Amino acid sequence: MHTRPAGRWSLLKRDLYLSRHYYVLMAPFMLIFFMFTVIPVGISLGLSFFHFNMLELPRFIGWQNYSRLFLGDDVFLIALKNTLLFAVITGPVSYIACFLFAWIINELSPKIRAVMTLIFYAPSISGNVFFIWLIIFSGDSYGYMNGFLMRLGVTLEPIQWLVDERYVLAIVIIVQLWLSLGTSFLAFIAGLQTIDRSLVEAGTVDGIKNRWQELWYITLPSMRPQLMFGAVMQITASFAVAEISIALAGFPSVNYAAHTVVTHLMDFGTIRFEMGYASAIATVLFALMLGTNVLTQKMLRKIGE
Amino acid sequence: MTSKVRAVFGMPKRLNRSFTVSLMLFALLAVFGSFMVLPLIYAVNNAFKPLDELFIFPPRFWVNNPTTENFADLINLMGNSWVPLSRYIANTLLITILGTAGHILLASAAAYPLAKYRFPGSKVLFTIVILSLMFSPHVTAIPNYMVMSWLGWINSHASIIVPSLAFSLGLFLMKQFMEQIPDALLEAAKIDGANEYRIFWSIVMPNVKPAWLTLMILQFPALWGTDGGSFIYSENLKTLHYALSQIVQGGIARAGVGAAVALLLMIVPITLFIISQSSVMQTMATSGMKE
Repeated sequence: MHTRPAGRWSLLKRDLYLSRHYYVLMAPFMLIFFMFTVIPVGISLGLSFFHFNMLELPRFIGWQNYSRLFLGDDVFLIALKNTLLFAVITGPVSYIACFLFAWIINELSPKIRAVMTLIFYAPSISGNVFFIWLIIFSGDSYGYMNGFLMRLGVTLEPIQWLVDERYVLAIVIIVQLWLSLGTSFLAFIAGLQTIDRSLVEAGTVDGIKNRWQELWYITLPSMRPQLMFGAVMQITASFAVAEISIALAGFPSVNYAAHTVVTHLMDFGTIRFEMGYASAIATVLFALMLGTNVLTQKMLRKIGE
Repeated sequence: MTSKVRAVFGMPKRLNRSFTVSLMLFALLAVFGSFMVLPLIYAVNNAFKPLDELFIFPPRFWVNNPTTENFADLINLMGNSWVPLSRYIANTLLITILGTAGHILLASAAAYPLAKYRFPGSKVLFTIVILSLMFSPHVTAIPNYMVMSWLGWINSHASIIVPSLAFSLGLFLMKQFMEQIPDALLEAAKIDGANEYRIFWSIVMPNVKPAWLTLMILQFPALWGTDGGSFIYSENLKTLHYALSQIVQGGIARAGVGAAVALLLMIVPITLFIISQSSVMQTMATSGMKE
């Protein structure tokens, strides 16, 4: 029998053995999670360097998909512009709205708070009810917006809201905002309720004079973890606009006015079957989301300093 | 005077509050609140409008002579369709119930070790889960289809149910919630001789019931509203939402029935949320992401 000092490997082996039950508990979730999320992301990254149409074998073409995307695809540039516009408008607006409304609602009595929470949260869980907006913005005089404007005398004839390049993007943005008070809104309301009241009282003693100072020096710093979570959820949602655009503006929308990176991805992936090219689009989208998230998290760290 | 108004609005007395600013903020809340709720109220109203009111000019918001005709028409229409309505309902229920229950079970089982123990790989796995919150499912749509076709799951309910079991937001929320279970409780169970599976099943799971409801309220509407996506083609495997959206696409002739459909689709998830609201709030309070 010989003894030797426990090496790194035998330590790890012991750790793995001791934790075997944890791996068993996690196995089913992780197996499915890797199969349908992690591995597909990997495949997508890899495929973006290939020419692949599901019929022939993939052929390696290097950066060609990316150069075609940025240099030879005008529609992609429109889609990118629209998506960034969405992200810049709906991202911050819905994020601030989530917080602002949560903050005001938090001052109400519990019963009214519950009702208001429901009112603001309901659109985001009511499924595909956004098609009522189709009736509201319907292009004939029975559409509510047209009927309303015509009765007021603002316009004399119905406006083709959803087939007119000038309006369609704005309408998609409005409906997207309507739908966007979701998980992060709930997280903010709940987070606000857990703030320690004694912290606020101590702040008052230390010279906090009004609600704005209380917001900046006490409320926001105490909610930093929820704010981070909310940012991730809102950014991801604002970059992924597609269903609303398709439902309201059609696919493709008139002159690509409401085309987004995701609808472009669907176009090449599910209609033209150019899988390599579609994967390159997906990779660009992934990079955009990740980059924005990292930037936003850096900014959020400065709150209340 | 102001204290009376405060009482009416149900505002508790707070330090450092200017009453004028309070009123302005509540006015803001009221304006945007009506923007949020009016389309929903309108959807309810529309469902009870007779046909002549649906096409009146100028259009009216409120219903004058409510009728249930639209719902009767809907039942009639669905009764005459090629695939019976009960089939669509059964498909939707199968997907929704299996997908939601399975997700709660799998996400909890995976969250428990991550919340309570450190072991080789635990940090890496959790980081991957966090990262995956940051991109939308569209990024993986195409490889997902390929994986699905390798598995031979195209045109089966498994293609909808199985991926929904491992939804990373659910794992994340469940883990945050489980971190609050006192370690002493788990230690006590261990001393009594319970193994990890038993601790998970009879101690951890009953303690995270509020989080179950939260995962349900996140997962249920997504599955309830699925139309089978790009995976299901056979008519008799399609979901209720698919069948109903076909009716809505029927255009003017189906406007009344379409309005009834809109109401039916939205009422189920909203009712579910009303029932589970306080539990959902409890879970969300722990949802923060640490730096």
